[in-house]
Amino acid sequence: MEFETVIGLEVHVELRTRTKIFCSCAVEFGAASNSRVCPVCLGSPGVLPVLNEEALKLGIRAALALSCEVRRSSKFDRKNYFYPDSPKAYQISQYDEPIGERGCVVIAGTSAPRSIGITRIHLEEDAGKLTHSPFGDASLVDLNRVGIPLIEIVSEPDLRTPDEARQYLEEIKSILQYCGVSDCRMEEGSLRCDANISLRPVGQATLGTKTELKNMNSFRNVVRGLEYEQERQRAVLMAGGAIVQQTLRFDEATGTTIVMRSKEDAHDYRYFPDPDLPRIELTQAYLDARRAEIPELPAQMRARFEQAYGLPTYDALVLTSTQRLARFFDVAASQAVDPKAVSNWLMGDVLGYLKEMGEDIDAQPMRPEQLAGLLRLIDDGTISTKIAKTVLRDMMTSGQDASAIIEQQGLVQISDEAALREIAERVIAANPKSVEDWRAGKEKALGSLVGQMMKETKGKANPQLVNRLIVDMLRD
Amino acid sequence: MSAMRGLGIRALHHELAEGRLTASDLIQDSLAAIETADGRVGAFLHVTRERALTQASAGEGVSGVPAPARGLLAGIPFAAKDNLCVEGVPTTCASRILEGYVPPHTATAVRRIETAGGVLIGKANLDEFAMGSSTENSGFHPTHNPWDLTRVPGGSSGGSAAAVAAGFVPYALGSDTGGSIRQPAAFCGVVGLKPTYGLVSRFGLVAFASSLDQIGPLTRSVEDAAIVLQGIAGWDELDSTSVQVDIPDYLASLTGDVAGLRVGVPAEYFETDMDQGVRDRVMEALDTLRRLGAEVRTIRLPHTRYALSAYYLIAPAEASSNLARYDGVRFGVRANDAPNLLAMYERTRSAGFGPEVKRRILIGTYALSSGYYDAYYKRAQQVRTLIRQDFQTAFAEVDVIVSPTTPTPAFRFGEKADPLTMYLNDIYTIPVNLAGLPAISVPCGLQDGLPVGLQLIGRPFDEPTLLRAAHAYEQAAGFSGLRPTALGEVQ
Amino acid sequence: MTSELNLAGRLGERVEGHFVHLTTDDVVHVAALARLHVTSEETESLVLELSRILDYARDLQELDLTGVPATSQIGITTTVVRADERRPSLTAAEAVANAPDEDEGMFRVPAVLEG
Ligand SMILES: [Mg+2]
Ligand SMILES: [Zn+2]
Repeated sequence: MEFETVIGLEVHVELRTRTKIFCSCAVEFGAASNSRVCPVCLGSPGVLPVLNEEALKLGIRAALALSCEVRRSSKFDRKNYFYPDSPKAYQISQYDEPIGERGCVVIAGTSAPRSIGITRIHLEEDAGKLTHSPFGDASLVDLNRVGIPLIEIVSEPDLRTPDEARQYLEEIKSILQYCGVSDCRMEEGSLRCDANISLRPVGQATLGTKTELKNMNSFRNVVRGLEYEQERQRAVLMAGGAIVQQTLRFDEATGTTIVMRSKEDAHDYRYFPDPDLPRIELTQAYLDARRAEIPELPAQMRARFEQAYGLPTYDALVLTSTQRLARFFDVAASQAVDPKAVSNWLMGDVLGYLKEMGEDIDAQPMRPEQLAGLLRLIDDGTISTKIAKTVLRDMMTSGQDASAIIEQQGLVQISDEAALREIAERVIAANPKSVEDWRAGKEKALGSLVGQMMKETKGKANPQLVNRLIVDMLRD
Repeated sequence: MSAMRGLGIRALHHELAEGRLTASDLIQDSLAAIETADGRVGAFLHVTRERALTQASAGEGVSGVPAPARGLLAGIPFAAKDNLCVEGVPTTCASRILEGYVPPHTATAVRRIETAGGVLIGKANLDEFAMGSSTENSGFHPTHNPWDLTRVPGGSSGGSAAAVAAGFVPYALGSDTGGSIRQPAAFCGVVGLKPTYGLVSRFGLVAFASSLDQIGPLTRSVEDAAIVLQGIAGWDELDSTSVQVDIPDYLASLTGDVAGLRVGVPAEYFETDMDQGVRDRVMEALDTLRRLGAEVRTIRLPHTRYALSAYYLIAPAEASSNLARYDGVRFGVRANDAPNLLAMYERTRSAGFGPEVKRRILIGTYALSSGYYDAYYKRAQQVRTLIRQDFQTAFAEVDVIVSPTTPTPAFRFGEKADPLTMYLNDIYTIPVNLAGLPAISVPCGLQDGLPVGLQLIGRPFDEPTLLRAAHAYEQAAGFSGLRPTALGEVQ
Repeated sequence: MTSELNLAGRLGERVEGHFVHLTTDDVVHVAALARLHVTSEETESLVLELSRILDYARDLQELDLTGVPATSQIGITTTVVRADERRPSLTAAEAVANAPDEDEGMFRVPAVLEG
């Protein structure tokens, strides 16, 4: 039997605020345990929450950026559960009136672009962190993370493959980063993902029994976890078995899933409106202001890059992977003769060198105008492509213009035909074997002679000119 | 000794300002009275003796006027119900589960008084987590009514009411969720004011039912209540439910003039069972108001009969969530013998909470639980809307509403062992909390030697009218001078 | 005849036989949700007490509440927010000062099984 996989994702994203959602403690990654807590986030007796205006703004901006309808009137609810990571024994969240609903994002899809529905986005507070004592007899609680503002983004069960899940996550991450809503660093936990996955016979409308997958801490592990679970469910169904509804944890070490709890211990969270927090009432002007904060989003930018600069889809995808890279390209391309060349240089040498340096495009000193300048020097024959690669590296460390570097280091390309002919004569004379080989039909021999020329000129000879000269001279 | 006897806050302030008394005198006086008689009353859970003495002497200027502030509250001792957090001072809510807890923060109401130079004398007893109407539910010891030590002082602010009635302090702070300031004030023959919900910051008040809780003063007179309210009212950035309103001059509203004031008497309240003595005293009070020129008329509050039911679902529901944080992890007491986390939670909470608290947590949990939410919690919230509307309709016709504070005077210990019978004590006070209105209880005479309280209810944020009416009545009736005799000469 | 509005009287009528019956299982379930340990004797008396209280609330079921909005809070009707400005936190030592058990600035609890 043929099965179709159905996946829905629940993504938690930490909002980029200076302080927590309901108290004034600093949001900082990596601070000493319990050094970023106050009576409010400790859940001390008698304390009250006060909403951080920036968290609200970012949450709404995110909802708008993900094409959600934003509720003009919403509220916070208490989600009651006992666990040491939850100091009040309830999480302040939104239950039946989420801030955003009915959104969507478009992903490339397996064969064609697909729109993935977003059921809802709501604001809530993060929980603390548990670690286990080395002796295994106790757990230790650090509450620094308690109260960091989160949005939870719940997708429709619209994803059909683990790779689509990855694409969806990449797109969400990209959009939220563009909007300045979140860093979305999965390794630091500022983006976290749980997945619901089920299989059903192809053509069946009703959903199969799902399992919930947790603890996938990288995009790669989301794919690994879903692939494993997909195959596990397929095997069970093929063998005539039934899927048990349960929550599973992805184990990175073994690449398998482990049962955390079954449906029987499903929680009764006893949600009710939090009486400590007045309702959120938003004006149209407020929503308009949030909408105005949203920059050009990756999908729009990709489309524009393809249309305005004639880029292939793949290039547009890579160049918009971060907003900084996209902006860099945009400026450079607008000043260059050949935008595709800019794309090639960025995707090749620039990204390669950045990877070596372990840096971001904005962290190195070269400006996009300067990259465009470098390409112009290649175009007008001032330097060779090969020299340009060296110059680029220099630009990315010194921040100097290409022309300045070329001048200082005497890298201007030799295109003086007479001068090159003189050198070529010497090279031909000194390499009779290569000449003989070439005449015998060995094309490779030409490369050797050109190489000698470049060596003689310290790489500055115009390679096209050299090629032509040598061929001409050998033919004569 | 007894320098405070009979003097209100303004008179005490005058004595301080004139240099006839110092803040230290008042503190010593208060401490001495507590020393002498609190063994019999049990109003305090913790006396902040050293702290008070240090504060008093630090605050004294050359002429005996407390230095930091010249306001009416400067240098004057007060007690705070032990569900108000004070940094560095043990705060237990009269619960074993919080034994030894020392908060790192101070309730805004207390902080405002201390900033104005007021001196905290101690933390007053209450029903555990403010759940009760007799202070019998304290996890530590009961409080006795200074009018008759065999009777309860009411609750849950029973310690605060008894401390004022016994003359230990000129005033105390309490909290009122369903009558917890007004009912003990009535039982102890003092004035108790529950302000409009949102007028006084709840920051630092250990939550019982967040949408109903409000801090207010217990005093010997309406004037003192106005003075204390002036000190604690106003917007607080730490409480999102505190309202940004201009705070009027409450003292200035005490004109003594109620001519033309429209006073509503809710028919439904008088159709319930109440002691004949209580009924008589309240009728006399209405006569007094008429004599003063007020216009008394009957009004209808048709959904009154549902208020108690709604309250005893809403308050426990909120409480079940508010009290979930007492889990033995970050503060308070933990059961030590637990083999695992679940057992630690269950044993800690079962050992730490008393029976009434457990009962309400269970009721509240039930009302919120899956499958019952709509039938209980949600319907209760809808009824709350109807009760608010009743009052809104009534206040289109009248300026204040008058009723008894309680159906009976103070009862004996153990007399209301049945929880429901105990809950019925609050039938006149509970609707006020559901509607978020201000209300005050003032003494309206004695019945068999026990005080009876008159409740006046006002429009939202119309404390000036409420206080004016209560003050005019108080001045005309002359019951505020009555003092209990059960403690002999300590008064 | 006792008025229908006579609350105390109405209670008196109900004392005899109540209509809302919680079961032992209900009480055990709710106690588990609330993380309260109840002994079997406690459960027995709680079944009665809670049934009576809930039965008292039975009158709410009689009301026609169609279209009546719920009131979950009173007062503020506008959004209340604070500026995103940092204020000092407690030190780790202060944070755990009231803890029954702590370990180097962390709250210590019985081992939580990875779940
Ligand atoms: Mg969530
Ligand atoms: Zn904090």
